[in-house]
Amino acid sequence: MYPADLKYTKDHEWVKITGSEARVGITDYAQKQLGDVVYLELPEVGRRLNKGEVFGTIESVKAVSELYSPVSGEVTEVNRALGEKPESVNAKPHESWMIALKVSGGDEDLLDATQYAELTK
Amino acid sequence: MSQALSTLKKTPLNARHRSLGARMVEYAGWDMPVEYSGIVDEHLAVRTRAGLFDVSHMGEIEIAGSDALKAVQHITTNDASRLAIGQAHYSALPTPAGTFVDDVLTYRLADDHYMFVVNAANIVKDFTWITSQIAGIGDAVAVNTSSRYALLALQGPVAREVLQPLTGVNLADIKYYWFTTGEIAGVRGTISRTGYTGEDGYEVFVPPAQAERVWDAILQAGRGAGVVPTGLGARDTLRLEAAMRLYGNDIDETTTVLEADLGWTVGWKKEEFIGADVLRRQKQEGVARKIVGFEVLDRAIARHGYDVYVDNEKAGVVTSGTQTPHLKKAIGMAYVPAGKTAVGTPIEIDVRGRRVRAQVVPLPFYKR
Repeated sequence: MYPADLKYTKDHEWVKITGSEARVGITDYAQKQLGDVVYLELPEVGRRLNKGEVFGTIESVKAVSELYSPVSGEVTEVNRALGEKPESVNAKPHESWMIALKVSGGDEDLLDATQYAELTK
Repeated sequence: MSQALSTLKKTPLNARHRSLGARMVEYAGWDMPVEYSGIVDEHLAVRTRAGLFDVSHMGEIEIAGSDALKAVQHITTNDASRLAIGQAHYSALPTPAGTFVDDVLTYRLADDHYMFVVNAANIVKDFTWITSQIAGIGDAVAVNTSSRYALLALQGPVAREVLQPLTGVNLADIKYYWFTTGEIAGVRGTISRTGYTGEDGYEVFVPPAQAERVWDAILQAGRGAGVVPTGLGARDTLRLEAAMRLYGNDIDETTTVLEADLGWTVGWKKEEFIGADVLRRQKQEGVARKIVGFEVLDRAIARHGYDVYVDNEKAGVVTSGTQTPHLKKAIGMAYVPAGKTAVGTPIEIDVRGRRVRAQVVPLPFYKR
């Protein structure tokens, strides 16, 4: 259910690390808790984020949640197309990346798919 | 969490919600379904087909006795003398300050017998209040009958055609805000043409022990027509589009009936009722603030509790706000100063530290 090529956080973000680049989204568990996603507020390219820092907000019909960066790094890309179709987060959470980062650290102590599945049982 | 869950009250349909895969939340001390397939999906189902709600958490308080009308007239704002047997209306249960103890539907069950349907969070408060306020009024007694009823609401354009085969009552004969007794799926109950969604529909009061049978029968009868179970999440977005006030959000013991723009629920020709002095004065002199509808112009959602600014000054607060599934806009209701209520008036709302532009729009947002 949770892809093995992604890493996860206790705050229910996923991160896909390829070399020094990381793409970040929220997990299937997170989108189910939120319900219908209607709005995303994402950072500007160039923003430097520390691991655990808020990089944006996600709103469903019912609630607002903050998004936390799973790693440290600089924002190199923002998925504006997703901002126009936020409901994709519900449909394909693990493909709906929100930001890309050039990783500068903090990629240790992330959860693997099995650990994350255990956490959300 | 598990401990808290065990103390929550459950409606007779709790097992049905769980087996249908509903996401359950705590609401007013009850374990209630917030969504099944999703709020947007369920909202659109009610607007285009129909949705079935379990609203058994709502309370019923009955008043009976030869002075029942006198008691009801005293404790509610609306004029209950205009209710025929079999008719209902919306009313405030006012405080002496003209604010809301609660908002209720008043049903006239018989000559000397009335029933209030009250908000789940207020059942105990209302009952205590009503009992104390009618103590001096001759022959009238209040009884909390909440546990005697399960309440199901079938709402949406196909509600009648789905419900009709399940009952001998000719549903077309029940006018809006009227009700009748009869059998539904072989269960004796009360069928009321009321609701909280802005759609046509029916609310059905049945004994709790038979609630599952009625629930199952309606879902089965509605399958071909696309009827879906609908949770409290969609109930909230639907009622907001229809600009129906929500107790605890839009109205409470600090907001008067006229500030809430519900003057139409006041029987001005009545001699006396709790809070009449204040409300008559406000009607004469006007109110300092009033509820309005707004639409957010920037890309943002304004929610309950966010501050409203007019001319750069803090001027009020958002009482309800969401992104509406049907209209696909961020809308809401807020209290603003009396001079700023005209349609088109620009306002600003503080969305988590960011000022976004909004404007006053007419209510309701949606009308069928």
